Amino acid sequence: MGIVTPGFTGRRRSDVNLPPGQYLTEDFPVLSAGPTPRIPLDTWEFVIVTETGEKHTWSWAQLMAMPSEDVTVDIHCVTKWSKLGTRWRGVPVSAFFDEVETAADFAMAVSYGGYTTNVPLDDLLDGQAWVAYKFDDDDLAPEHGGPARLVVPHLYFWKSAKWVRGLRMMLEDEPGFWETAGYHDYGDPWREQRYQGD
Amino acid sequence: MSRLAWRVAYLREVRDETPSARTLVLDVPGWPGHLPGQHVDVRLTAPDGYSAQRSYSIASAADGDAADGEAAGGDTVELTVQRVPDGEVSSYLAGPYAVGDPVELRGPVGGWFVWRPADLAPVLLIAGGSGVVPLMSMIRARAAAGSRMPFRLVYSARTPEDVLYAEELKRRALSDRGLDVSYVYTRRAPDGHGRPAGRLTAVDLAEWGWPPEFEPAVFVCGPTGFVEAAADLLVDAGHDPRRIKTERFGPTGG
Ligand SMILES: Cc1cc2nc3c(=O)[nH]c(=O)nc-3n(C[C@H](O)[C@H](O)[C@H](O)COP(=O)(O)OP(=O)(O)OC[C@H]3O[C@@H](n4cnc5c(N)ncnc54)[C@H](O)[C@@H]3O)c2cc1C
Repeated sequence: MGIVTPGFTGRRRSDVNLPPGQYLTEDFPVLSAGPTPRIPLDTWEFVIVTETGEKHTWSWAQLMAMPSEDVTVDIHCVTKWSKLGTRWRGVPVSAFFDEVETAADFAMAVSYGGYTTNVPLDDLLDGQAWVAYKFDDDDLAPEHGGPARLVVPHLYFWKSAKWVRGLRMMLEDEPGFWETAGYHDYGDPWREQRYQGD
Repeated sequence: MSRLAWRVAYLREVRDETPSARTLVLDVPGWPGHLPGQHVDVRLTAPDGYSAQRSYSIASAADGDAADGEAAGGDTVELTVQRVPDGEVSSYLAGPYAVGDPVELRGPVGGWFVWRPADLAPVLLIAGGSGVVPLMSMIRARAAAGSRMPFRLVYSARTPEDVLYAEELKRRALSDRGLDVSYVYTRRAPDGHGRPAGRLTAVDLAEWGWPPEFEPAVFVCGPTGFVEAAADLLVDAGHDPRRIKTERFGPTGG
């Protein structure tokens, strides 16, 4: 426990169990480093590039044809808010790997607009991550990462790359955008891994 | 890499900026220094162990240069906190938190939304409400470094009474050569302002910003809605999205 702040009692206590340092919000705040890109669906693509340089590409129409899942998950942003029970529709990341052969342990998620974030491949498979394109039954709004974003709810939400364009497979871990700017390489909210060294 | 440690800071001095915002001058023993644009995390803890954390941008120049230009030690950090209605942390920090009291903080955090005096591009700062805080740090750092880089601040506030650092900005606009400051009032403009009250428009940015051909480094900061709108206007005006850095403070307000 930290030192007691004189005269502070706190007003936003809740009964739900949140990761350390987080508070509950009903809003859906936005964290991004720059302007919101607008990506037309007819040129949208999702590309996995393996460590050998092999490319696998999916168009929007192909994405829509893949079996999707509806998931309800809690999300935790490093700027301290948590939002419970968010509803998404998307294609599980494992589905893309049915067609991809890779020995890499790490993926760099790459976005339209240049954003990147690194995630271990094991954290993207087995029902832990989706390429999501609907939020609350609506098309995903651009400021929340539409047309499609990664959703990796068990890690801080900056790992859920907005405007996702693909994955670059890596044999060794490399820092992405926020990770280079001092944020944690893994980002587990329950261990409060906000910044490098946490 | 070692962990960013929680430090105990003590409130040395308070400056009321507006009826609802105050600057906290904190002594932070061992403060490692920061870059203009970075923020800290503040943690408040109640007697029963309940705690709350929020982020606050650093307002002071990187070298601890205080607002009024008087020399302040390198262990000083200034934050400016805008009270939000029913806000758990802001209403404490801009309320009962008193001179001499401790508070925990850690930082500096963020290596992206920063301006470095060595950067060679004119700078356009666009502030909505309390979003002016990290941009003020850049303006102060520019002066402290003796930089002559052309700077323009376009500052959107609800009314003249909501402007943070009003006196200092007025003074710096006269004394800091190469710094231009323009105001957009969204609810009520002062008499003789020339621009009717209303939200930031493309015309405002064309008139008071830099043209995209100048390839300025652009920093936009404020509530999410403001930042979204301003960044869209800049992209539509032809600014390269890669030169626009944004910091979003939260849902509404400003
Ligand atoms: C990187 C970063 C830097 C920041 N720098 C500053 C700064 O320099 N100065 C500053 O005053 N704030 C700053 N903020 C915002 C600050 O972190 C808090 O969100 C803000 O003080 C509100 O916290 P609270 O505990 O008082 O309100 P809460 O108890 O969290 O919220 C109470 C109510 O206010 C609403 N609310 C939450 N945040 C805001 C907001 N920003 N504006 C309006 N309404 C809000 C909530 O939706 C809720 O309804 C920054 C945020 C980030 C992410």
